[in-house]
Amino acid sequence: MAVLRLPYLATAVLSGALFGAGLYVSQMVDPLKVLRFLDFTAIPSGGWDPSLAFVIVPAILVMFIAVRIGKGRATPLFDITFHEPEYRKIDRRLVGGAALFGLGWGMSGICPGPAISLIAFQPDGLWIFLAAMFAGSLAGSLILPSGHQRRLSDAAS
Amino acid sequence: MEAFSPLTAALGGVLIGLASAVLWLGNGRIAGISGIFGQLLPPAQTVVWRVVFLVALVAATALTALAFPQIGVGGVEPAQLAAPPAAWSIPMPVWLIAAGLLTGLGTKIGNGCTSGHGVCGLARLSLRSLVAVLVFFGVAILTVTVTGIV
Repeated sequence: MAVLRLPYLATAVLSGALFGAGLYVSQMVDPLKVLRFLDFTAIPSGGWDPSLAFVIVPAILVMFIAVRIGKGRATPLFDITFHEPEYRKIDRRLVGGAALFGLGWGMSGICPGPAISLIAFQPDGLWIFLAAMFAGSLAGSLILPSGHQRRLSDAAS
Repeated sequence: MEAFSPLTAALGGVLIGLASAVLWLGNGRIAGISGIFGQLLPPAQTVVWRVVFLVALVAATALTALAFPQIGVGGVEPAQLAAPPAAWSIPMPVWLIAAGLLTGLGTKIGNGCTSGHGVCGLARLSLRSLVAVLVFFGVAILTVTVTGIV
């Protein structure tokens, strides 16, 4: 099975390592720095930290190039297909989910990448946050329609 | 380290972009952390790569902090989580549990977070991701404004 072969797993390790290095180097691992970006009230006083925008734009540009390269290929290097996201509809679920996430993100300055990345530093309270995030994700999967096909037909309607 | 840091930000952004590019062109997978994290339980055949990805992510964070401590938080400065607004007298664990639950629930229902929708989705020119990004950035900015948490 492709997903257990060495090149496939090595790719996952390389990607995870680049991601973790990127989160530290960009300081997006620091919840307080992320909050200083989200604090637009600090713009008039000059205390706003626009760093997050300087992280996400280059990240998008690099990935944009990779997506273009991928379009010229039938398959990725180590799997039989590109796993394109299957849900296309802009619905209440998407907007509601994004709003709930935005609320949690604004309360903490922690999105899922940095949440995992912070394990490297074990700040006080991190495991409480991680356990709650995992529980929230599980709760979400119970709310969503069960079964892959049902979700797909739901998304297509 | 309070200050705006465009150079390390951009360098880190390129690394995150490369991480997404490697996973997409190598394994045809979206490097969305909420998706990788949220599917750690069965169906099991994809669990192995998700676990090794997350372990590598944590290890690389620790190693780059050791190699470049001067960058700041986690290197020379202890990492810390944000405390709830003082005036609200909400205990820290309650605040963290609420924020964590909302983050887990929201990213599951909305199919993505800052990496999946924000980096990969926008790079794929997905309209769905654009909507999600505008909503979660908008709500997060509003939340910080209302709570005055910074």
